Amino acid sequence: MRLTLRVWRQKNADAEGAMSTYEVDGISSDMSFLEMLDTLNEELILKGEDPVAFDHDCREGICGACSLVINGDAHGPERTTTCQLHMRSFEDGDTIDIEPWRASAFPVIKDLVVDRSAFDRIIQAGGYITAPTGSAPEAHATPVPKPDADFAFEHAECIGCGACVAACPNGAAMLFTSAKINHLNVLPQGAPERETRVLDMVAQMDEEGFGGCTLTGECATACPKGIPLMSITGMNKEWLRAARKAKR
Amino acid sequence: MARTVWDSTVGKKTVMAISGLIMLLYLVAHMIGNLKIYFGAGEFNAYGHWLRTVGEPFMHYEWTLWLIRVVLVVAVVAHAVSAYQLSRRDIKARPAKYVHRKPRASYATRTMRWGGIILGLFIVWHILDLTTGTVHSGGFQEGHPYQNVVDTFSTWYGNVIYIVAMLALGLHIRHGFWSAAQTLGAGSRTRDRALKTGAGVLALLLTAGFIAVPVGVMTGVVS
Repeated sequence: MRLTLRVWRQKNADAEGAMSTYEVDGISSDMSFLEMLDTLNEELILKGEDPVAFDHDCREGICGACSLVINGDAHGPERTTTCQLHMRSFEDGDTIDIEPWRASAFPVIKDLVVDRSAFDRIIQAGGYITAPTGSAPEAHATPVPKPDADFAFEHAECIGCGACVAACPNGAAMLFTSAKINHLNVLPQGAPERETRVLDMVAQMDEEGFGGCTLTGECATACPKGIPLMSITGMNKEWLRAARKAKR
Repeated sequence: MARTVWDSTVGKKTVMAISGLIMLLYLVAHMIGNLKIYFGAGEFNAYGHWLRTVGEPFMHYEWTLWLIRVVLVVAVVAHAVSAYQLSRRDIKARPAKYVHRKPRASYATRTMRWGGIILGLFIVWHILDLTTGTVHSGGFQEGHPYQNVVDTFSTWYGNVIYIVAMLALGLHIRHGFWSAAQTLGAGSRTRDRALKTGAGVLALLLTAGFIAVPVGVMTGVVS
């Protein structure tokens, strides 16, 4: 396959960026999108140019590191992560636009790499449970009803990639935050911090400068893990419950 | 708790949802009342007078009406202020646009902000036209709402402003009612279809019901 790539190039966080055009040839339709970028980078290195910086790690669709907006879609045209997107989703001769996640809470570090530590701080605000560490407890000691376990699992699938923020016209982190809150709040292990968790995580989310939810549903459409839009409804419900009960 | 609510994006959305639902409830009553215009000047004007005497003798003349007006003003202001603050925040949170852009959300969803501004301006015009009579086209007569309504809808611009605003209202309610349910945590997977249908039906009924008045005047059924 022969492709024309228009890639966002930006030297560093303070520099002005712009789209640069590159031609790549000899792309196999079995390559992953990241392997296609590797091919481009090898050529750039051989030519003595600066390779395109992009985030990637496991390349198995589970770590949440890869983060590209491809032709206006976070993670591209398929409902998966960029690393699991294959070049067969494109046609020979296509022009592909590649941009970084766009949100003021996710500043560009270089080219296609953005700083997602805002997510880490949201997790630090309450995305954990307080439990004694050590050997694993007896599995039957804390019964979890099957529907609750399924609900928790569905939300635990979130890999924190940030596609929801990238897709949202308001740069909101509601889907990410709600996935974490729903995951932990439904389980008995998460019960002691049920109220503080939702209040603190939402407060941190606002503090980071993410936008609000206008229920456009673009986050859930972009999510590679299929976190449902209704997850945000669940978070709102938890938040209102906690705000009513809050004593501070 | 008030501080927690107002300082949070989730809380501010709650303010929007509740104030929106209050206005929606009022609109349903307003629309039903409007339809009395099809039963002649006598009944419509008597209805207008009754609105001022509701609650008597417990309430004084016009007290109930003023109470409703105060609640509505508070709702409109709360709705507008939170919408303004949230929108500013949203725009700031996403300063750089994508080069490759494709809007995917529905038309109703994408027009919430502009639709809201249109509705705000409409409310001002509507009050100046038919409540105070300041910008009324004919000779505004207090206590003769039937004639006033006919005068307004006998002008082309009265019809245009009104019908455009009512179409905007329908779109606003279609996304707004369903969104309010999500914001208040009332949505669920099993209820989603019912809520979406409910929003559509409400939007359609209100728009059709309100537009029925100018259509009645234009067709000469109401004159």
